[in-house]
Amino acid sequence: MPNAAPTLRLEGVAKSFGPVAALRSGTLVVRAGSIHALVGENGAGKSTLVKIVGGVHRRDAGIVELDGEPVDFAGPAEAKAAGVAVIHQEPASFPDLTVTENIFLGREPLGRFRRIDRRAMREGARDLFRELGVDLDPDRPAEGLSIADQQIVEIAKAISLDARLLVMDEPTAALSAVEVRRLFAVARGLRDAGRAVVFISHRLDEVADLCDTVTVMRDGEHVSTDTVTDVTPDELVRRMVGRDVAELYPKMPSTPGEVALRVEGLESTGTFHDVSFEVRAGEIVGLAGLVGAGRSEIARAVFGIDRYDAGRVAVGGRTLRPGDPAAAIAAGLALVPEDRRLQGLVTESSVARNVSAVARKRLARLGILLPDVEARLARDWSGRLAVKAGALDALATTMSGGNQQKVVLAKWLATGPKVLMVDEPTRGIDVGTKAEVHRLLSTLAAEGLAVLMISSELPEVLGMADRVLVVREGRIVSELSRAEATPEAVMRAATPGAARSDTATEGAA
Amino acid sequence: MRNVLRRREAGIALALLVVIGVTTAVQPGFLLSAGGWRDLLLTPAILVVLAVGQAVVVITRNVDLSVGSVLGLTAYLTGRLFMAAPDLPIIVVALVAVAAGALLGLINGSIVAFARVPALVITLGTLYVYRGVTLTWAGSDRIDAGDMPRTFLGLGTRQVLGIPVLTIVAAIVLVAVGYYMYTSRGGRQLYAIGSDPDAAALQGLPVRRRLLWAFALNGALAGLAGVMFAARYGTVSSGAGTGMELQVVGAVVVGGVAIFGGSGTVAGAALGAMLLLTINRALPVVGIPDFWQRAVVGALIIGAIALDRVLANRRSRRLAAARDAAPPGAPPGAPPGSVPPGAGPDDREEATA
Repeated sequence: MPNAAPTLRLEGVAKSFGPVAALRSGTLVVRAGSIHALVGENGAGKSTLVKIVGGVHRRDAGIVELDGEPVDFAGPAEAKAAGVAVIHQEPASFPDLTVTENIFLGREPLGRFRRIDRRAMREGARDLFRELGVDLDPDRPAEGLSIADQQIVEIAKAISLDARLLVMDEPTAALSAVEVRRLFAVARGLRDAGRAVVFISHRLDEVADLCDTVTVMRDGEHVSTDTVTDVTPDELVRRMVGRDVAELYPKMPSTPGEVALRVEGLESTGTFHDVSFEVRAGEIVGLAGLVGAGRSEIARAVFGIDRYDAGRVAVGGRTLRPGDPAAAIAAGLALVPEDRRLQGLVTESSVARNVSAVARKRLARLGILLPDVEARLARDWSGRLAVKAGALDALATTMSGGNQQKVVLAKWLATGPKVLMVDEPTRGIDVGTKAEVHRLLSTLAAEGLAVLMISSELPEVLGMADRVLVVREGRIVSELSRAEATPEAVMRAATPGAARSDTATEGAA
Repeated sequence: MRNVLRRREAGIALALLVVIGVTTAVQPGFLLSAGGWRDLLLTPAILVVLAVGQAVVVITRNVDLSVGSVLGLTAYLTGRLFMAAPDLPIIVVALVAVAAGALLGLINGSIVAFARVPALVITLGTLYVYRGVTLTWAGSDRIDAGDMPRTFLGLGTRQVLGIPVLTIVAAIVLVAVGYYMYTSRGGRQLYAIGSDPDAAALQGLPVRRRLLWAFALNGALAGLAGVMFAARYGTVSSGAGTGMELQVVGAVVVGGVAIFGGSGTVAGAALGAMLLLTINRALPVVGIPDFWQRAVVGALIIGAIALDRVLANRRSRRLAAARDAAPPGAPPGAPPGSVPPGAGPDDREEATA
């Protein structure tokens, strides 16, 4: 069918969340009987694009066509009905239902009187697992399934939908080599049956192995589309990263001092393993890795929000009691969390209240916090950080994302920390404020603060950090100095299977 | 988990048997007399109907606190219908009351589903609103036995083959709803919604429609309970059913329905209702003072929730450990301790009447 319309055609699709453009110009053409790879850094807009195709988000602009027909899905159910199956990056399973029920939910085979035919359903699940070559008990609850097994359930669900377009958002990130091979066999089977498959992956060897066409995205825009055999993996990485890093980031030189934070052998069953590192005063250490590698979990455990099973955390030489954030704060640790609206701010309170929220105890006299003391503190810090608020009694919820982030930073800096951990400090912030936050972090480090920065934005990590630790699947797999930390080196360390040469023994677990 | 669930309902049934056994040993008439047998089955009938409805709502990660007020309003409505039209067939009156209950439930459900306000707050509000309607309507009047037909009142105490009619009604409700929850697409979706509401939306499940339906069903069953209340007690004042919502929620929790939704069965909730009311009657018989009677009920509820937490924590830790222990590349599959395949097709009994 040479002249047939492509199964999926996206052109100039855009989507913004508030002031942040997640997708500027998504363009993708997928033909029936082909497997199309979509690659790009974290935050390049791949997942947003997938969610628009799957009916989760509605686009702001652009064209989406299925088999030549324009479509505009109002919800996931409509996308499903139109023959689009999506395996999202975070599998959404129902922990209380069995594996079989999860696969067939809403489409259960019915017997007499429209009753669910459990026997047929279980047989269907068994057949799917046989096709996928996995050994999964169809009757066990979905709770406690590993991410890999959850992915397999999602894949089984998508296959059973018999869709004309199957979109897989990083399906292999958590799969073992054997499972990946089987998944590929299934994907090739679908391709040969004339279906269209979109495959998103960080593993470029897989892209070369499986796909026929590859599209690169960067910063929410389409960069290139080529036949896979026409581009080398090196060329793809260059296009994914594609910008000059050093100039954007105002990193000041600093001389590392004493060890401020020492983490030894931190271990949490099922989450991260044998995590050891140090952060020195005056140093910015970047914690890089793919989404879901366990970076935030490590920070939360160090700060004492989550428990850990073994290991030791010491601030300024003094060991912290596990699971006690108050002790961590007293010892000079601060954590600016990933989701500032949910975890960092009391959005219904004023700027002044928010800034003084943690430093309360220190400020209070005889247990009473006087309003003018609070206001003075807030004024000091808001001034230093150039918070743009109408007034200190403005509610935090009315501010822009960038200014909210400054308020959160002010709150923690007001406690006079020795070690500052920031998780995704500039996520969802416009470019101008981003640079201000970077400058601030750089200044603070130069003044002797130890900074641990978690970021999924590679340029940010490379531009800001003195040292980069790369986390992969819950383990620190690589430590790179500022000089060694090229985008390619970090990506290679963070990505399972990106370079077999230096990590050949590390099977994907 | 199936085993845990199974053990959970079996455990409640066992506790119930122990309570009955001990009390009968102290006072044989508690079970081994015509009146004792009847009370044992009759007393929990109304609460069982309410608990079955409430369980459906709690499974969706919601709660309906207005059921006591709905019961009061529909019980009063039942009496007024008989006063206004004494010749109306009983079944018509009952259907009107059930429909009225369904409507009140639908009001709760629409606010929860469309305004996205937590059900706890909404139904706390309608608890007072519905009660206010009854108070305004009834004033200081009340319905007496003389206002209702003798045949209707007879249903409240009559027995068929040694089983009270109201108990039969409760059993039919339990079997029907349990059968629906276990065997229909809609029923399984209610579990899915309670298990993870966000995932349910992502899957494109008709979340709003299901929630409306669940609240309407619960309202209808509260309406039915109102009719049963009128038949059983013969008098209905404006305060009928006050405070019953707490008993119902207690029964549901004791019956092993997780308060955060997604798991538990209506059969468990029904057993929980029977256990609570039977304990209430048994404690005075064995000579336990009033204060301790209430404390025992409280301890039972706290114990049930604590047990839920302990079991859930233990399970998730075990599953996490099993995940780490699996060698890389090994076929992923059932971790040690999970149910082996082929444990039998129908072993998660829902409708054990």
